[in-house]
Amino acid sequence: MSLKTILKVEDLTKYFVVGRSLFNSGEVVKAVDGVSFSLMQGETLSLVGESGCGKSTTGRLVLRLIPPTRGTVIYQGQDIAKLPADKMRKLRSDMQIIFQDPWSSLNPRMTVKEIIGEGLRRQPELSRAQRKKMVLEMMETVGLRPEHYDRHPHEFSGGQRQRLGVARALIMRPKLVVADEPLSALDVSVQAQVVNLLARLKRDLGLSYLFISHDLAIVEHISDRIAVMYLGKLMELASKRQLFAQPRHPYTQALFSAAPTTEVGREKNRIILSGDVPSPLNPPKGCRFHTRCPLAQEDCGQLEPEFKLLAPGHWVACHHPLND
Amino acid sequence: MESLLSIENLEVSFHTSQGVAQAVCGVSYDIGRGEVLGVVGESGSGKSVTALSVLRLVPYPGRISAGRINYEGRDLLKVPEKQMRKVRGDRISMIFQEPMISLNPAFTIENQLTEALHNHRKMSQKEARERAIEMLALVDIPDPAKRIKDYPHHLSGGMRQRVMIAEALLLDPDVLLADEPTTALDVTVQAQVLDLMHRLNERIGTAIMLITHNLGVVAESARRVVVMYCGRVVEQGPVKEIFEEARHPYTQGLLKSIPKPGGRGKLFEMEGIVPSLFELPQGCPFNPRCPQRRPECAQSAPPWREVQPGHHALCWLYA
Amino acid sequence: MFWKKFLHNPIGMIGVVVITLNILMAAFAPVLATHNPLTINVAQQSEEPSAQHWFGTDEFGRDIYSRVIYGSRISLYISLFSVLVATFLGVAIGATSGYYGGWMDNLIMRVMDAIMSFPAILLAIGILAVLGPNLSNVVLALGIVYTPRFARIVRGSVLSLKEKEFVEASKAIGNGDAYIIFRHILPNCTAPLIVQATASLAYAILAESMLSFLGLGAPPPAPSWGNILSDARNFMMDNAMMTVFPGLAITLAVLGFNLVGDALRDVLDPRLK
Repeated sequence: MSLKTILKVEDLTKYFVVGRSLFNSGEVVKAVDGVSFSLMQGETLSLVGESGCGKSTTGRLVLRLIPPTRGTVIYQGQDIAKLPADKMRKLRSDMQIIFQDPWSSLNPRMTVKEIIGEGLRRQPELSRAQRKKMVLEMMETVGLRPEHYDRHPHEFSGGQRQRLGVARALIMRPKLVVADEPLSALDVSVQAQVVNLLARLKRDLGLSYLFISHDLAIVEHISDRIAVMYLGKLMELASKRQLFAQPRHPYTQALFSAAPTTEVGREKNRIILSGDVPSPLNPPKGCRFHTRCPLAQEDCGQLEPEFKLLAPGHWVACHHPLND
Repeated sequence: MESLLSIENLEVSFHTSQGVAQAVCGVSYDIGRGEVLGVVGESGSGKSVTALSVLRLVPYPGRISAGRINYEGRDLLKVPEKQMRKVRGDRISMIFQEPMISLNPAFTIENQLTEALHNHRKMSQKEARERAIEMLALVDIPDPAKRIKDYPHHLSGGMRQRVMIAEALLLDPDVLLADEPTTALDVTVQAQVLDLMHRLNERIGTAIMLITHNLGVVAESARRVVVMYCGRVVEQGPVKEIFEEARHPYTQGLLKSIPKPGGRGKLFEMEGIVPSLFELPQGCPFNPRCPQRRPECAQSAPPWREVQPGHHALCWLYA
Repeated sequence: MFWKKFLHNPIGMIGVVVITLNILMAAFAPVLATHNPLTINVAQQSEEPSAQHWFGTDEFGRDIYSRVIYGSRISLYISLFSVLVATFLGVAIGATSGYYGGWMDNLIMRVMDAIMSFPAILLAIGILAVLGPNLSNVVLALGIVYTPRFARIVRGSVLSLKEKEFVEASKAIGNGDAYIIFRHILPNCTAPLIVQATASLAYAILAESMLSFLGLGAPPPAPSWGNILSDARNFMMDNAMMTVFPGLAITLAVLGFNLVGDALRDVLDPRLK
């Protein structure tokens, strides 16, 4: 793996205002609040966390599908958060997204040829025959058969639709792919097919992935590094090995211990957190995790911990990290 | 273990404009008193339809076309509807994946919980409320006397699922059918709910049929496992044997295709996709995807054989 | 799939037949008519139906049968074009409003609400009073009156469609708003639009008749169902048959469009599938 940084995100923040009307200034949802990380070329960085932690919003901010409230997204030296729309459009083909829901992510009225070929529309130098060739090649790459060329999405299974979504993204020859829970809508026996496909394409095409997921088994399998999010903030970021061997944040530890595994009868020191994830409308003061943290101390509720480097490559936002 | 509820040769078909889909095809299994039975399968395996059949709640256009459901010496499929209503919610209750749509948004928690106590137990409002509060405390709802006045939308997803469990266990049923009870929940909340169901099973002795697609959940919660594929039980046995020495190629493939801790490299891929129920393959429905298929697999239905004591598989390999 | 379902819907088929007959009547009016609808014949004023004048004659001795046949032309013309105007304006307004959102959406939709708060006919009369009654102004007036219904439907669909991931995917590919609206959003709004358009055709026929009845529609002597009815009203006591035929024509046309509208709703509404 080369160590060239392809993407550098700093202090990325997105506040949504909800319930605003003529007579009400609304409430602020701090969906993503000051997130910083970088992604190396050829790397898979996973963003994990529970629903509402802001991982999907982060993915969309990185691609500027929604504008950030604050912060910078530096892609190969350019801050795309501030790039004018026309320049941004030119960069779009470099970064693509694969979605969670293989049903709502494909326009039901378009055929395979139109869905995959849509991205080639902006390359007028291509002839009709060239386009067809490229679409067919991409279909082969993701494991769709040529006779699928003129079919509509409803004629496919979930796994095949996901392949279609992957093909649509990859025909743009992207360098960076945000995969937003690409497996969670699929059956177990089909997940493995898509995991292998993503891994193979990464190798063959030199892609970098920002892989968003809540499934820790898959994340462990596919990632190089992992970032753990909770209520809009990064809690911990480290290499897969570091994180699984020695999580330093109590939330990471609880999250990992809560994930069910298929090992029968192994005694687990399961940490069962009390309560639910608080609402991002009104996140707790101080450390956002302190209301559920089994190790919380007095200062956790008052002062927000900094996201700091504890060991080489191991970032943690905690006043009292584990094994310290 | 004493058998409490047994399903025998159940067949359920759905009659649609596209043809007849055999959603459940000759399913037999039983659940013992106080047992936690895991039922795993992918979408379309018929695991939920089987559970709904136990309560005779198969949705239109589905129809139970054959089989028996033995419970307390009776066949529940033949019991008159009026008596069946006494069984539902009272002796056998069910919880679903999405707690928000299972609770009526127009009524308070108290209304929903006490209704069953009025109807089935003829309790007074005061008694019913006390019982409901006791039940909410049992499922770890903090401050139950206050929360009972809340409406469902006041509660978080995890709380709602706990309220659903409280409602289901209110009348002390013999069996709880739990259909993907944690699928809509976050991992940490899922751990809470599974832990709760465990404690309740040990404490009140309600048998739990845990229906899920999540192999991890089953491995950690169930004592015995039933694996379903295309409307059939393909393997059944003690949880340790199923996860460590699976015999049916489908179960083996399923287990191999999930990533292992510390694993890297290529995952095992099962060939193909789950077939449509309208066009099931001849013989064993798994044969086109099976790495160990033999000529007979595509011709006739495989036999159900005991491969070890208490461990069965539906496969030609063990004929 | 759509046609299969639609053809199996008997109500819808009755509607289709009625509408087809109506259209044929308008198209072949010169062939079907037995007299010139405008020819005045003082010798045959207000006659009862007879072998020569199937529906009788009006106070100027004009053949009512021929006038009803020709009248279908104006009625269909006005309803068709006013609905086209309304669809076009409604789609444009609804799509912009829903897609871009924000204060502009708020403003536009409040204006639409304001238009909808007037009784349709009253508003049309008001517009015609300003513009003056002629055929194209009737089309315009009715078009404006019906615009909010289309705008609302389109806006509603756009609001849900713009959140769909295929729209995000198209953005990620680098496509602009116009392309996304025309390629991804509008094609997926067609079902509710078709239903609304058919229902509106029925309203428009009725509205045109009312306007003509009030003297604000097609200017005489050109026949439209509304003004035939209006002329006949003065002689209702002497010759009731004069009112029956134009009334029947209006009823049938409205019924036809309503039946088709209902059938389309059944077939196209995903909630009923």
